[in-house]
Amino acid sequence: MDSLNLLLDGFGAALTPENLLYAAIGVFLGTFVGVLPGIGPAMAIALLLPVTYGLDPVPAFIMFAGIYYGGMYGGSTTSILLNTPGESASVMTALEGNRMAKAGRAAQALATAAIGSFIAGTIGTLLVVFFAPALAGVAVKIGAPSYFALMVLSMVMVTSVLGGSWMRGFISLFLGLTIGLVGLDLNTGQSRLSFDQPLLADRIDVVVVAVGIFALGEALWVAAHLRRSPLHVIPVGRPWMGRADWKRSWGPWLRGTAYGFPFGALPAGGSELPTFLSYLTEKKLAGRRGGDDEFGRGAIEGVAGPEAANNAAAAGTFVPLLALGLPVTATSAVMLAALQGYGIQPGPGLMTDQPELVWVLLASLLIGNFLLLVLNLPLAPMWAKLLRIPRPQLYAGILFFAALGAYATNIQAFDLFLLLVMGLLGLMMRRFGLPVLPLILGVILGPLMEFRLREAMAISGGEVSALWSEPLAVVIYVIVAIAVIAPLVVRRVRPAPAAVAADIEESTEEEKVR
Amino acid sequence: MTTIVVGWTPDEYGEAALARAIEEARLREGRVVVVNATRGDALVDERYADDEQVAALAAELGGSGIEVDVRRSMGADVGDQVLSVAGEVSADLIVIGLRRRSPVGKLLMGSVAQRILLGADCAVLAVKPPA
Repeated sequence: MDSLNLLLDGFGAALTPENLLYAAIGVFLGTFVGVLPGIGPAMAIALLLPVTYGLDPVPAFIMFAGIYYGGMYGGSTTSILLNTPGESASVMTALEGNRMAKAGRAAQALATAAIGSFIAGTIGTLLVVFFAPALAGVAVKIGAPSYFALMVLSMVMVTSVLGGSWMRGFISLFLGLTIGLVGLDLNTGQSRLSFDQPLLADRIDVVVVAVGIFALGEALWVAAHLRRSPLHVIPVGRPWMGRADWKRSWGPWLRGTAYGFPFGALPAGGSELPTFLSYLTEKKLAGRRGGDDEFGRGAIEGVAGPEAANNAAAAGTFVPLLALGLPVTATSAVMLAALQGYGIQPGPGLMTDQPELVWVLLASLLIGNFLLLVLNLPLAPMWAKLLRIPRPQLYAGILFFAALGAYATNIQAFDLFLLLVMGLLGLMMRRFGLPVLPLILGVILGPLMEFRLREAMAISGGEVSALWSEPLAVVIYVIVAIAVIAPLVVRRVRPAPAAVAADIEESTEEEKVR
Repeated sequence: MTTIVVGWTPDEYGEAALARAIEEARLREGRVVVVNATRGDALVDERYADDEQVAALAAELGGSGIEVDVRRSMGADVGDQVLSVAGEVSADLIVIGLRRRSPVGKLLMGSVAQRILLGADCAVLAVKPPA
């Protein structure tokens, strides 16, 4: 058990008082941003990027890991108490969770969400410990063409499978790829799309893009819709569960984990699908048991399952991120940008080049998960109070950090102008319902993808057929083709799932990216 | 007919103000206009009544035999919204519930009550809930 020893070493390094403090800060911050709809872990990490450049990579990533898991937990609190899912992955939790809360069982709903998240997150992270090194071991051997194919797969899946509309997804993706192209061509030194601006030839900093799209875009969007009828939060005490609730929860927790992890671990993951599948399964199982089927009136299984699936998928996304350097959520995309900021090359070599970072990160994921459980169960009533923060104050703070962060990366006033442009782009994207994730993925993966493409072309001497010269690449392209064609066929044959999805989308007031 | 505007919130301060407004309306044989306002800039505002609370209020007031009109509104300043309703119905009296606060506390926290006291064209009656 080589991985286990390495993980234990990781624990040894992570369990210093300083690192524990960063883990606690991360968990707190993550829950804070997760509770508030509209701002999420991706925005929080983007805002923190410039701040953390002063830190070592290890404590920075410990904090990011805490923010990631904390955001997930905070999102479930809001869905249950307010019925406004903070993120698309919490939509399913909101369905039954809010009904439970209305029926006076908010404490149990929060408890099953928190404990389920903990169990799924722990199992998921342990699975990452075993899968990621194995996958990385295989991945170092694959060539540039297959790598390029993997990135294509990741982009196509994230763009088409996860979003509601293909058109919007691809518009967003190509916007991102275009932004990623701006600046000097790394091979030839030609400047592209820089409009003879020396400052643009320097390439647009990922931090500026991420902060502009996430923070400034959201702030402008909120400013445009400042006054909205306030909601009533369901009062809740300390979360707890009775014996019957435990008995009903553990099955859904484990089944949810089983659904979530594989979806997260695919280089095309996301947690919408597994949470949806978990919800359907629990509903079907409850129906089969018959009798006291509580679905539709607040069934604890309907909270436990999707919430576990959500967190297991979140853990699963670390497999492609660490083993392949492929991010599949907005948060992991921003984490990848953070790695690049430290000059660390993400990819299959990461596990062997930076073993300390990887294992400490995995250990701190487990620690953060535990901290979430012990901190958040007693603090749930306090988190609910955060929802009373007036938007002007909240977004003034966010704008301050956004401007500070964008300026601090390069100490360049021009970046503030770029920030404003990106913010306006973010506002327009929200206005026209374009998903943000494909854009961020395009900006971050685009240059990496181009690098692999150039590499493949250089090896083959410019022969395009080299792109499908490896068997693995061919297999991946077939998967891409299936992923593109299958939904079209299914939709034609059986329009029912689309109708169900539309129902769910209606209940999502606003989608927040993770 | 005498018109009494009451700034109401679904809490003890609102209840105290409303009870007094009803009492005054009985005395003067007038009508009551209940105003419940919010800035609407936070996700949750417990002082803004939801439909259930308004229905409960209407049911409660239905038995009092006094003409009651409930208005809910959203805008930048809660005090201004009470004042604009008072102007619209040409109120003879505004009743508000007041918090106990030290002078320093008053300095730190903006106050709807102060805005109404300073801006009103009619008499303002400030009541405190029974301690």
